[in-house]
Amino acid sequence: MTTVTVAVSKPAQKKFKLNVRDFGIVFGLIAIMLLLTLNTGTFLTGRNFINLFDQAAIVGLLAAAATLCIVSGVFDLSSTANLAVSAIAGVMITQHLGVIAGFVGALVVGGALGTVTGLIVVGTKVNSFIGTLAVSIIYRGLAIVITGGAIVAPLPEQLASFQTWTWPSLFGLTAGSVLMVAMTIVLGIVLWRTTFGRRIYAVGGNKEAARLSGIRTGSIHVAVFAISGLCSAMAGMILASRAGSAQPAMALGVELTAIAAVVIGGTSILGGHGAMWRAFVGVMILTVIGNGFNLLHWDTTYQQVVTGVLILLAVAADGLFFRKRAG
Amino acid sequence: MAIQQLDTPERVNRSSAPEITLSGIGKRYGASTVLRDITLSVAPGEIHGIMGENGAGKSTLLKILGGAIGADSGVVKLDDREVKITEPRDAIAQGISLISQELALIPGLSVLENVFLGRWANTGSLLRSGRDADHLERLLAQTGFELDPRAMAGDLPIGQQQQVEILKALARGAKVLCMDEPTAVLNEAEKAKLLKVIRSLARLGTTVILVSHYLEEVLGLVDRVTILRDGQHITTEAASRHTPESLVGLMVGREVDFLLPEVPPVPSEAKTVVQVAGLSSSRVKDVSFTVRQGEILGIAGLVGSGRSETLLAMFGADRTTSGYVRINGRRLRANSIREAIKAGMALVPESRKEQGLVMSRPVDENIALSTLSGRSLGGFVRVAREKAAVSEISHSVDLRGARRGSLIGDLSGGNQQKALFAKWLLNPPAVLLVDEPTRGVDIAAKARIHGMIADLAAKGTAVVVVSSELEEVIGLSHRIHVMRQGRIVAEFDRNASRDEVMTSAFLK
Repeated sequence: MTTVTVAVSKPAQKKFKLNVRDFGIVFGLIAIMLLLTLNTGTFLTGRNFINLFDQAAIVGLLAAAATLCIVSGVFDLSSTANLAVSAIAGVMITQHLGVIAGFVGALVVGGALGTVTGLIVVGTKVNSFIGTLAVSIIYRGLAIVITGGAIVAPLPEQLASFQTWTWPSLFGLTAGSVLMVAMTIVLGIVLWRTTFGRRIYAVGGNKEAARLSGIRTGSIHVAVFAISGLCSAMAGMILASRAGSAQPAMALGVELTAIAAVVIGGTSILGGHGAMWRAFVGVMILTVIGNGFNLLHWDTTYQQVVTGVLILLAVAADGLFFRKRAG
Repeated sequence: MAIQQLDTPERVNRSSAPEITLSGIGKRYGASTVLRDITLSVAPGEIHGIMGENGAGKSTLLKILGGAIGADSGVVKLDDREVKITEPRDAIAQGISLISQELALIPGLSVLENVFLGRWANTGSLLRSGRDADHLERLLAQTGFELDPRAMAGDLPIGQQQQVEILKALARGAKVLCMDEPTAVLNEAEKAKLLKVIRSLARLGTTVILVSHYLEEVLGLVDRVTILRDGQHITTEAASRHTPESLVGLMVGREVDFLLPEVPPVPSEAKTVVQVAGLSSSRVKDVSFTVRQGEILGIAGLVGSGRSETLLAMFGADRTTSGYVRINGRRLRANSIREAIKAGMALVPESRKEQGLVMSRPVDENIALSTLSGRSLGGFVRVAREKAAVSEISHSVDLRGARRGSLIGDLSGGNQQKALFAKWLLNPPAVLLVDEPTRGVDIAAKARIHGMIADLAAKGTAVVVVSSELEEVIGLSHRIHVMRQGRIVAEFDRNASRDEVMTSAFLK
């Protein structure tokens, strides 16, 4: 009988602890927002929120994709290199075939490059961190080859419609923000409720167990990289749309910000554990901190220090949690 | 190879090794007791063999002495001086070195650097590798090993890597060498060389304690042999008083300590479900057998004999080089787990943690994982259906302690194992492959799992059971195959005795 009592009481205890850990990061976000609301008159305004979401759009899209990758047990460091190539391709196609063809073309290129990245990582069995790092260098190089290192822009008469992603739409948010929120929700549902999502968790949590359950682990990873490529292309479109041009060094290093956001949200870098809302919360925390520095007129040089400390705290919490679980 | 018989008393006189006395050593892992009140002494300069069945506790005892794991109770004395060994470095400080099966060399460092790992000769932190080189030279001369000090450890064949481990131990001034299955990975030439070195080390006064399951080898090498059975000390006697047969008798002679379910006989008209023909992989060779509907086939053998690998090869999880598997007459495509599953095969793997479960995910998700597509619509999981199916199967395997959303890692071992069975029973399999069905579970869960296997067979599932517990294999199975070195070497029916089965697993 004793075994029964133990078995029931232990998970119950654990569950309580889990909840605190699970949602602690949300309280963190709320606390920062509360602080800014009390200390500035400008934080809690519609205009500022539109601004916040617009700033979060690029990292948000990349972080949503990074969540899928990290939960499935891989990193995609090639995401922003892919972003640059697809944005450049989008602009070049726009020049010849029009804006809509340009956007569609960007998505096709992004998805295709993502698939190629996935095939390379899965095929060579190279650690994804190193594999995608190498691929990202190739893609950045490719961007320079295509453009000759120059900035590319749509034709002057196309510019207005090319900048469609900066236009206000739903709730006054920019179209880019709406796209980011929509993708976060869609991919969140994919991860949460689909067989594909379940398999992503399984592959990331225990690849061998997943394989012995009849899951094609390679295909799951290729698919995840392909989706990452699509999201990169979307982020590329928004960025190009905002700037009215594209160039090979676009969004350099932002892939790391996206991974940081995922980790701050509480998704485990060990794989098999995490959720899409966490990426969103992580992105919002980073964005709100940046926003706060502006609103409070603090020296933005300290913003990087704060961000770095935050990432360390989040990762340390993750390590402690898993050490506890193992022991 | 001529076996030199050495004169023990002479060796003792020259020895600088301590006399080792273990008393009352005990070790538990959760509900199962691995070692119980072990009392044993090893004389200086002795070559001492520790033998026993799989799971008898031999490696655990060795690891306790070497500090790799801590004992729960008991005392270790060196020359009547009580010592505390809780960490490898405690053991090393006392002159005891453990050489485990998995060698612990740093592949990217040279032989020289590995031998003196972390203890390199230096002056104010500046390395003086010349001094180390001289030291190594002496050790090489002493042992007769032929190693290039500058070779990368990772490039050496396994036998030479082991020599580096021995040198490392000697460089640390080890007086007692504890070796776990040192010959298991060696070829014949390497083996002969190692045995020679062990003898010469002992002659120079080093005590060698080794765990091995190669009977003849142990008898030809050691002075005295200790037999463990179920974590208990059975006997310690001079090797000269034993024969291979007498060792086997002592290793297996135990009472059946749990109840096994009634297994009804297979009806004579039952058709053949599984046909394995000439299956070979890198780890099994030319394995052939058939299993009929409702039949339980047991596979016995030592760890590493190819039992688990046979199941993995059948399931398409290990790459096969030749041979095939037919299920109900249909030949399966080689190396396809998905095809095996589609044909109705299920594998409950050896290791829950490594191969079976996704510990970071909830119980329900784990159980549903291999049959996801069957309960989905347009790619979406039909959660209500899943919940109903999982709750029904959980009930039928008597899975306890799982609350909604609780992680499978939080369940007890027994319940995890039941969940693993539940996962594969969700779609009743035509063929069930089970590897170590009751490893690390308590007695109640064990009985439950045995009952489940018997039930499934009674309902017509063809079952293949692999287990290190001989009673389990003999008690559950209609027929038993014994494997050794990747091949099936013997076949028994249900009335086989433990001795017969063990003898065929151990002896040529």
